[in-house]
Amino acid sequence: MVVLVDENTKVVVQGITGRYGKFHAEKMMKYGTKILAGVTPGKGGQEVLGVPVFDTVKEAKEKFPEINTSIIFVPAAGAADAIIEAVDAGLELIVVITEGIPVHDSLKAIRYARNKGSVVVGPNCPGVITPGKAKVGIMPEKYFTPGPVGIVSRSGTLTYEIAYQLTKRGIGQTTAIGIGGDPIIGLDTVEAVKLMDQDPETQVIVVIGEIGGDAEERLAAAIKRGEIRKPVVAYVAGRTAPPGKRMGHAGAIISMGAGTAESKVRAFREAGVPVADIPSQVPDLVEQVLKK
Amino acid sequence: MKLLEYEAKEIAKKYGIPIPQGILIERPEQVNEAIEELGLPVVLKAQVPVAGRGKAGGVKLAKDPDEALEKAEQLFSMEIKGYPVLSVLVEKAENIKRELYLSFTIDRANRRIIMLASGEGGMEIEELAKEKPEAIIKLPIEPEIGLKAHEAREVGKKIGLSGNDLRQFEHIAKSMYKIFIDYDAELVESNPLAITDRGLVALDFRMIVDDNAIFRHPELEAARERELTETEKVAIRYGFFYVELDGDIGIIGNGAGLTMATMDVVNYYGGKPPNFLDIGVGARRDRVKAAVRLLLRNPRVKVIFVNIFGGITLASEVALGIVEALKETEIKKPIVARIVGTAEEEGKKILQEAGIPLFESMDEAAKEAVRIAKEVAA
Repeated sequence: MVVLVDENTKVVVQGITGRYGKFHAEKMMKYGTKILAGVTPGKGGQEVLGVPVFDTVKEAKEKFPEINTSIIFVPAAGAADAIIEAVDAGLELIVVITEGIPVHDSLKAIRYARNKGSVVVGPNCPGVITPGKAKVGIMPEKYFTPGPVGIVSRSGTLTYEIAYQLTKRGIGQTTAIGIGGDPIIGLDTVEAVKLMDQDPETQVIVVIGEIGGDAEERLAAAIKRGEIRKPVVAYVAGRTAPPGKRMGHAGAIISMGAGTAESKVRAFREAGVPVADIPSQVPDLVEQVLKK
Repeated sequence: MKLLEYEAKEIAKKYGIPIPQGILIERPEQVNEAIEELGLPVVLKAQVPVAGRGKAGGVKLAKDPDEALEKAEQLFSMEIKGYPVLSVLVEKAENIKRELYLSFTIDRANRRIIMLASGEGGMEIEELAKEKPEAIIKLPIEPEIGLKAHEAREVGKKIGLSGNDLRQFEHIAKSMYKIFIDYDAELVESNPLAITDRGLVALDFRMIVDDNAIFRHPELEAARERELTETEKVAIRYGFFYVELDGDIGIIGNGAGLTMATMDVVNYYGGKPPNFLDIGVGARRDRVKAAVRLLLRNPRVKVIFVNIFGGITLASEVALGIVEALKETEIKKPIVARIVGTAEEEGKKILQEAGIPLFESMDEAAKEAVRIAKEVAA
């Protein structure tokens, strides 16, 4: 078994006629991902890359009941509506690539999806790849190879960098999930790591965090409580980044001092998670864990 | 995007939240006219978009016209956390009996809006949150219903309010929540919300509006411009992300995570970046050229380190952007590059022909950049 996407993933691409959506739909198909349909309102009846385009996700699902996943390339102003549409069509997994979605829109759409039982990955994320099986995302696939490491990351290009360094060292990956960099996201760090934890093929989980929010601190707490059995290795980007120019106190009160790189690194170390100072140390730490 | 206090207060007033009577001045001598209209004593408040203004000396009380002028002059000569004081809000001083805290914000972890309230408002609210968390009441809000009147009242009682104060607290909380929704806010905060002779008054009022939602609030565009330095404005025009720092190794990366990691690596090997420059997704040569030129012109930058992992971004476009920037500028600075990903071979060839040293790993490239920076400095 692998996490979230595999050879049974059947995809509809929302926003398939746009330049960006079409470009990546083609790359996903070449990788072997089963894309059955596209959706662009007003362009129903057309054909793109050999797949039919529909006006609504519901129509696509009626024609191809096996569709279980959507990937969204719709522009920011309409992306929340696109998520809600995919939820109403009963899709299990919705990967949102779009960046710049207003946070109030994300709040509504993601809450709706969770209440109805759909998993949202993103927004503002590179997607999910299960090397050798399926890619529902925009990552450059050649740097990912099959193997025992699960990757959970808040970043895009940094995920590619770390997958590349692992692959160069001969260490492949079960699945890499880019959960997205927005303040409000669907599947969060803890949930993604728990999926990896339940996957029998994943032996080590690499978590790539960054400053801001308290996702890493919450993961460290879950590890301390014994909720995650598998070994975790972490890197937190932004140790030397400037503190954000912020105003108001509410954010600081909610996060209670979380959010800085120091806070995250300390939380991981206290939970017994080895933390890399720089990305090139990640393969070393993974190798040490695999040898044990 | 942060609104200035007077801008946020104009909105508060529209939504029926009591605020002190006030006049915005842009020159110290205008304080006299303000006093004639408001009376004495007055509070002078520097208009800067940062927290901790009070602690930084940006709020002053004046009891007579001479003192007011003197303090206005002081404020206009100040710079608070990098922001020069360009305007001052003059407000009639209120008779404060007690200071409360009230805000609405987004609770990221639980994906919902949350109301925070405390009976102990004022400048030390963050310390209070750490030392006495029970003194801050947190009320999660159900988005389908919005802020429930009875829950707002219950919170009001918990922070010690009764009678008219309690009724007014409920009204202010509901108005603030409405502002939060109507303006796509990430924060609406009153600290302090004071109990005065004339009831509850929002002595301070702040708002942060979601940058991604600006298209729904075009009237706020000017506020965003104001937060940026001149260089940062250039960056926005070309579509990259730029933050100035101290240091001498100029960094260009793609993607926030990779750019931050590149800074971490440079620091790890003993260097110091003067900026954070993320060329973003799918950058073409014009954007890269503008980014390189920006760093060439920055006198602090001794060496430029370009670290690109091309996904959508083509390495060849990045390489062409670098080479063109170097051709068109008089200023010469050493450049170290590490380029991986889409169109990697083509990009490497272009850089090699231009004599730019290339590295396979970001660690090796960072070490070289640090070595050059030290050599140039010596």
